[in-house]
This record gives sequence, C-alpha cells and structure tokens, in this order.
Amino acid sequence: MGLENIIFLLVAALGIGLFVWQIRKISKNINMGRDLELANNPSERVNKMLLVAFGQQKMFKRPLPAVLHLFVYIGFLVINIEVLEILIDGIFGTHRVLGFMGPLYNVLMFVNEILAALVIVACAMFLWRRNVTKVPRLAAGVEMRAWPKMDANIILVIEIVLMFALFAFNIADLKLAELQGREVAGSFPVSSAFMDLFGSNEATLHTIERVGWWIHIIGILAFMNYLPSSKHFHIIMAFPNVYYSKLEPKGKFATNPAITHEIKAMLDPAYEVPAPEMDAEGNPVVQRFGAKDVEDLSWKQLMDAYTCTECGRCTSVCPANITGKLLSPRKIVMDTRDRMEEKGEHPAIFDPAKYGKDAGTERVKVAEEELTLLRGYITPEELWACTTCNACVEACPVNIDQVSTIMDLRRFLVLEESAAPASLNAMFTNIENNGAPWAFSPSDRFNWAEDLYVPSKN
Amino acid sequence: MEENKRLVKVPTMADMMANGEEPEILFWVGCAGSFDDRYKRVTRAFVQILEHVGVKYAVLGTEESCTGDPAKRAGNEFLFQMQAITNIEVLNAYNVKKIVTACPHCFNTIKNEYPNLGGNYEVIHHSTFLQQLINEGRVKIQGGGEFKGKRITFHDSCYLGRANDIYEAPREVLAALDADLVEMKRSRANGLCCGAGGAQMFKEPEPGTKDVNIERTEEALATLGAGNGIIATACPFCMVMMNDGVKNKDQEENVKIFDIAELIAQAEGLTK
Repeated sequence: MGLENIIFLLVAALGIGLFVWQIRKISKNINMGRDLELANNPSERVNKMLLVAFGQQKMFKRPLPAVLHLFVYIGFLVINIEVLEILIDGIFGTHRVLGFMGPLYNVLMFVNEILAALVIVACAMFLWRRNVTKVPRLAAGVEMRAWPKMDANIILVIEIVLMFALFAFNIADLKLAELQGREVAGSFPVSSAFMDLFGSNEATLHTIERVGWWIHIIGILAFMNYLPSSKHFHIIMAFPNVYYSKLEPKGKFATNPAITHEIKAMLDPAYEVPAPEMDAEGNPVVQRFGAKDVEDLSWKQLMDAYTCTECGRCTSVCPANITGKLLSPRKIVMDTRDRMEEKGEHPAIFDPAKYGKDAGTERVKVAEEELTLLRGYITPEELWACTTCNACVEACPVNIDQVSTIMDLRRFLVLEESAAPASLNAMFTNIENNGAPWAFSPSDRFNWAEDLYVPSKN
Repeated sequence: MEENKRLVKVPTMADMMANGEEPEILFWVGCAGSFDDRYKRVTRAFVQILEHVGVKYAVLGTEESCTGDPAKRAGNEFLFQMQAITNIEVLNAYNVKKIVTACPHCFNTIKNEYPNLGGNYEVIHHSTFLQQLINEGRVKIQGGGEFKGKRITFHDSCYLGRANDIYEAPREVLAALDADLVEMKRSRANGLCCGAGGAQMFKEPEPGTKDVNIERTEEALATLGAGNGIIATACPFCMVMMNDGVKNKDQEENVKIFDIAELIAQAEGLTK
C-alpha cells in the first residue's frame, strides 16, 4: 500500500465519518416530531416506493423536466458502480479492478460515458431554466431566497464538474494505454473521441489521470457532505418518504383520539377515559391540540421537510397561490425545515441563522416568544388561504403531504387560541345551534321535500 | 297534466322503522341539499330519479345534521367529532348500512372519517350511484334526451376527485346524455379547485389578485367556447362558486350550471 492509498483511505474515512455525523443530527431533528405508527401494509408501501420514488412516476406529469431529471437520476445510479470501483482501486492501489467482468464491463463503461454526457447536457439545461429563462416555479416566490437559489446552482455545477473529471480521467487513461501499448478494459465512446485532447506527454497525461481521479473522488465525498445542507438531500430521503407516505384516500384527515375520549366522556358519564401517556419522569404527557411548533408535528411531517427538493410543483398548482394569495405550499415545507434546524441541530454547511435574512426577503417580524413555526415562520393568513384541495399533494413527486401540516397549524389556531376568522366562528356557532353551517332552523331541514312530483307510470 | 303526475312522499328512516321496514339505501341530503335554494333542486331531481327507478330509499329528514366537514377543515376537530359522534349514534340506531349522498364533502367525511369514530357504512357518491343505474339499464335516456349534442364541460370536485379518486363516474353519467363533452385543461387529478373547499365556502377569501372561482370560470368559459354551454358539477359548493363566477362574467344567459343528477332527471323527462 503506497502513500497515495493511505491518503485516500484517510480522506474517505473523514468524508464518510462527517456524513454519518450529519445524518445523526438530521435524524435527531426528525425525531423531535410526535410518534406516529406507519408500519402497516409493508408490501403496498414497497410497491409505492418502487413506482413513485424508484420509478419516478409522478415526475412524468411534466415531460421535459422529467426526461432531463431521468438522465441525471439514472446517471447517478449507474455511475455509482464506477464510484465503487474507484473506491476499491483507491484502497488497494489496483487499476480498473472490475475489468475482470469483461464484456459486461465494456457495456457498463459504455453506458456510463453516454450517461455522463447526458448528465452534463441535462444539468446545463437545468442551469439555463433556472438562470436564463427563469421558469417561474423555480425562480419566483418569497421562499426562494438567496440560499435556495444558490444551493440549486451549486449542485448543478458540482455535477457537471464531477462528470468532466470522470471524462478527464478516462481520456488520460486511454491515451496512456495507447502510448504504452497496453489494453484498457472497457468501452469509452465519448472519451475515445477526445483521445488527443491532452496531447501525448506521458507525464502530463499521468498527472491529468490522477487529478481527474482525485477530483472525482473528493468531489463525491464533498458532494455527499453537502447533501444534508441542501435540497439535494432528496436523493436519499425520497425513498423513505414515499415508503411512509399516506396510503389512505387524500380526503381522510387525521383524527385526534384524545378529543374522541373527551367527547365520549361528555356524552356518557360512564365512559372510561384511558389513562394519559406518561413521560420518563412519570408525569402525564400534555399534548397540544394541533401544531404550534415543529415538535407538535409528526416525524413524518418533519421527514417531508427534509425530502423537499424545492421544485415548486406544489405551489405552481395551488389555487390560492395562482390567484395571488400569500399561501405557498413549498414555503410551508421549507419553513418547517428551517425552523427545525433553528430549534434543533443544523448540518455542517447550512445554518438557517446565517441565511434566513438574506436577499432582502426577511421573514415576518415577531416578538421573541412568538418565534415558533406558527407566526414566526408561517402566518395565519397563509394558513387560512388553503382550500385543502390536495393539488399540492397530488403534484409532489416525492409524496410530501403539505395539507396535513397546514391542517395541524390551523387546528392549533382554532383549538388552542380560538383564533379563527370571525366568519368561521359564526359557522361553528351555526353548526352547534342548528346542525348546519348556515343560520337555518333545523326544523326546516326537510322542507325541500314539499310539493315534489314525478311522472306517474302507466 | 295533473293526472300524469304523482305526489312524492319522501320516506324517512323513522317512517320505515315504524313500518318495520329497512330501506336499500339511506339518501344523505346534506346541509346544502336541504337549505340552499339552488341545491334543493338537485336533491329533488335525485329523489325523482330514485322514485322513477323504484329504489327503496329513505332520508333522515329533520334528524339529519351537519357531518362536521366544514368544522373539521376549518381546524375545529372538537366540533367535528361532536357532530360525527352524534350522527353515528343516529345512523347506527337505524342500522344503516348503505349511504348515498350528492355532496362530495359529506361523502368524504362519512366514508373516510366516520369509521375511526365507530361509523362503518358503505358510502356511495351520487355520481357512482347514477353510473350504476345507467349501467344496469335502470336509467336509459332515449336518444340522449334534450342535451344531445350540447356542449358540456365537467368541473371536478376536489373531494370527489383527488380526495377519493373518483374521476370517471360523473363523466360516464354525462356520456349517457350523448352530449358534446369537452375537458378543461386542468381536469381530473390536475383539476383546479372552485375555491370553496377547506371551509373557504364560509369565509371571505384572503387578499389576492383574483378569486379562485373566477380563475376556474374563465377556464370553463374558454373551454366551452362561444355560444351556449353547460358547466356540469357534482358538488354543492362547486355549484355555488361556478354560478357566482358565471354571473361575475355576465354569462348567465349563455352558460348554465347543472348538477349531473339534474341533467339526468331532465333528460329522462322527470322534472316536467
């Protein structure tokens, strides 16, 4: 084992260690959320994950970005096999260790190069869509502050650099082999077309081959450690998030069992309310009705926030947002993540405290004690604009349930603060008094049936 | 004319029970169907269809109460559960098994949210029920009836469509009319809300550049094109919103809003 291998081992260990450390922070954040049992129907969940996450099903509602994204996605999956080879080569000082696979290796390298070229094309087009044509859902919206915009560009540039490094490595390797008269395992349609790009100086070529290799491997480790700070974390979270997504109809909203017990006890004095849950110190757990802050949401709702890739498909189909209201489902999800990292742990690079007030789009100003998810980040005006139409949920390619978070925040406003708009309070009173949301007398409920005729059958 | 018509006495569950009978279905009318003048016509049309085909049905009459949907969507879980638990007591006391309703909000709430609270029923939206009647040949519109060739666009209700994945039933019902069905660009799973869901029906919209129902009405009008046309709905709230939208655009002379049950009842000649 040479010095280079030892350095590589150290760098890789450092990169992986840092990543694990960051993942633990994120899992701690997600675990701030309420417990929620979501382990039922594993086979249905696996199918859904294969279809929606692995199979990219919902991406194809918009064909152009879907195809471009597919290139990057498949590129990511397949090129990872070469990354595995790079890791082995790096540790043991071998060269193209998977070459023993023969024809299969040829196919693999061939596909790899085609995909790498497509990834460059797709990323370039993504950069174009974001920065030149400024596709509205990617460029507009109060939640698209400087950081989310920069983050997207950083990711795209890193991906392009990684692909170029891979090509540089392959080109130099091929040319060297040709000069030295040895066989190189694999088939390289792109690199072989640029064989003479770096000239014929063996020393230079060797340096380029090594630099290309190192940039690629360090780039990947850096990329991995950048993920937890980025919207790009979706490449990991999409899978568990779809697995744990809602299996019931979208119209079924969560029921609070604590309220059921209270009502049953009210209606029937003989009803026995189950003993409240106890915390570690033996005190009863006091649960808020609805959500005021991140820890009142479920772990799944917090996981949603880490899965969001800020594509804005939800916001672009939201009837409230389309008609100029403040509500943006994407903002609800991004705010949840920012608040989680403000209150809990923040990853290595992104610290919301540093980026929250950028680009002249400061958040609403609230008093210290109101610095919670509700009001500190998400205003009641946004929440009351929601029609619960589920267009956002339908549009989300990674099955985020924006409506459930909106509903929990609304519940807190109504149940804990009695802060519903006056007209809704009037509606509540009507239901209580008349059994209808309007002020009609319940005794008139059957009047519609008067003087009703049908043709008689002869 | 009088001798060709018969007066309908709508049976209640209480009547049925007193006679020791059990209906095939409970028709859950809903608040809009009971009190809203426009939607009462839908309720009556649906009952005319039930009477015409001879389905053994009953209603709760004055024993019916709000399902709690608007309270729940507005965040008042307490009031929702109060309503739900009391309704479930009534429904269970009458041993109700199958419920049909013309309101997607009632449909969604009873079907999806009552089971957790002890209310387990087979719940069917009237679009699905009408589709079944047509498929079974119990409703057969000769030659498509008066809507033959008429331009109709169907507006998806969120609580029927995305919330419960019912997209085809109302369209198949409309297909029986032999009309010229046209789809809006945003339809089925991509349908645009009318603006009334989530308890918006009962409050003023938040400040914005436009009301949601105007956005949707503009799309419907553009889809129908010039001349007369019909916007078909299958939800009381959608109907109100689309009606308001069409009025706002001064198109109420040219474009009419009908529930699918009204179209069927009219085409069958039951409303004359």
